[in-house]
Amino acid sequence: MSNANQFNRRDFIKFAGAASALVVSKSGFARATKPPIGRVVVIGGGYAGATVAKYLRLWSLGSIEVLVVEPNSQFVSCPLSNLVLGGSKSINDLTFGYDALKANHGIKWVQDTVTAIDASAKKVTMLRGELSYDRLVVAPGVDFNYDSLPMLASVEAQQQIPHAWKAGWQTVNLRKQLEAMPDGGVFVMNVPKAPYRCPPGPYERACQVASYFKAHKSKSKVIVLDANAEIISKKGLFTKVFNETYAGIVDYRPDNVITNVDVATKTVSTDFDKIKADVLNVIPPQRAGKIAQIANLTEKDYPWCDINFLTYESKLVSNVHVLGDSVAAGLPKSAHMATNQAKVCANAIVQLFAGQAPDPAPVFANTCYSYVTDKSAMHVANVYRYDEGKKIMVSAEGGGVSISPSEKEGAYAVAWAQNIWADTLT
Amino acid sequence: MKPLQNIWFKNSWFKDSAFLALLLITSVCTPLIGHAAEVSAFSDVQNIHIRQLAASCAACHGTQGNSVAASGDDGANAVLSGMAPAEFTEKMLGFKDGSRKATVMHHHAKGLTIDEINQLAVHFSQQKRVVTTALKPQTLKADHE
Repeated sequence: MSNANQFNRRDFIKFAGAASALVVSKSGFARATKPPIGRVVVIGGGYAGATVAKYLRLWSLGSIEVLVVEPNSQFVSCPLSNLVLGGSKSINDLTFGYDALKANHGIKWVQDTVTAIDASAKKVTMLRGELSYDRLVVAPGVDFNYDSLPMLASVEAQQQIPHAWKAGWQTVNLRKQLEAMPDGGVFVMNVPKAPYRCPPGPYERACQVASYFKAHKSKSKVIVLDANAEIISKKGLFTKVFNETYAGIVDYRPDNVITNVDVATKTVSTDFDKIKADVLNVIPPQRAGKIAQIANLTEKDYPWCDINFLTYESKLVSNVHVLGDSVAAGLPKSAHMATNQAKVCANAIVQLFAGQAPDPAPVFANTCYSYVTDKSAMHVANVYRYDEGKKIMVSAEGGGVSISPSEKEGAYAVAWAQNIWADTLT
Repeated sequence: MKPLQNIWFKNSWFKDSAFLALLLITSVCTPLIGHAAEVSAFSDVQNIHIRQLAASCAACHGTQGNSVAASGDDGANAVLSGMAPAEFTEKMLGFKDGSRKATVMHHHAKGLTIDEINQLAVHFSQQKRVVTTALKPQTLKADHE
């Protein structure tokens, strides 16, 4: 961006404030001429970043200036993107623009990549400019950690062996590989060590590929190498689906960490085995988004961001809030959770700018659907409330999962997606 | 993106320094404080607690309860904005005590207190019904990640 940054904003507020005082008394169009009570820069336009931008504008009655910095020009939903692999959705069903969000709420938008944060000067540096802030919100999603699998770090390697764990062209690439695979082939995928983005996501992915094989390539197999000791989300339900719906197709192997990958032959090694895949999908271990690491929002030996659950302000850097998958929380890294955190944070920032205390006891709900076929889905749903003693969000009594997957819940999952997209992006 | 402030500065009448001086003299009270007070008056703690909890329902029920995907058949993903408080409370308490059949909602209703349910009922009844439709998707561009 722009010179708005270099522009001496505080001087501007002095002048504009003076101007508005006069204008208000003369003509009364107060809102349009009032200066902002603060400026928030949001890094990242995913579920968390887009939501915090919208709700900051809504709940401050437009009195907080909000700028979002996002490198991509479009939003691609990770939720439902496993259906692209199954073949029942196209990536073009899950891709949206930001125009409605910007226009409806007066959010300023900068398409750029943040390279540094200077918290003492309250300044963000991007590839093409600088921005100053009163409060900063960092919502960069996850970063892949290739330390244990350095052979997969390059763009070229990921052409051969996509992660497809950030929805986009890698998702399309993986689908094309599955389409091109001859019947009788083997699809090998892994589940990284928790925590990672979307706990049930890898198991849903296995189901989606199995569903495609069952219908179109019935001699083909899905091998799931789980670095964890067991299925870590909706365990009973996924176990039943693997053993019944996809008996003879899905081969689930717990406690299998990938130790090596031969990119050229698509061969993976574990402590037990060497497996040659026809199509290989490696979801790397994860950590807080790159900018969160660069800005020292993570501790050296722990790759996630510790925050205050009343404000989502970093415990390490003041006036910097962290949202979404980068947050260190015993909570699922889901889209609904990211939007909840964004709303608690927006609420708190409005209070803080007004010199008021944030809500001392936030409560929110999380609903997460997983598709096990092209039409059937199952949920996990919970209310979470702030625990004053533990100072974290804890799961309330009464939550739980579906009795079994159903087409009815498949329809609910579509409705969930349509509503969360509209809430996040309009 | 164009910096609004700069445009305003370049084109505005208060570039005139004499007028600017007049403005500065006449600004006895600071409008910043006035504005902050207005926002905080809107934001009493109970109010902000419930508006955030209610906003959590948006993933399935739309912004301020304006669902874009309400099912006509079984009441799923219902529009909550403008719903009569008695209807909201009756349904939620039914989900909570198990007397009303649910697919998903019992897992939420059981986690909420009766007081929260009553306050959500009032909150949603006060929201304006805005009829909106599902967002239109786009073709993924080549330069995306």
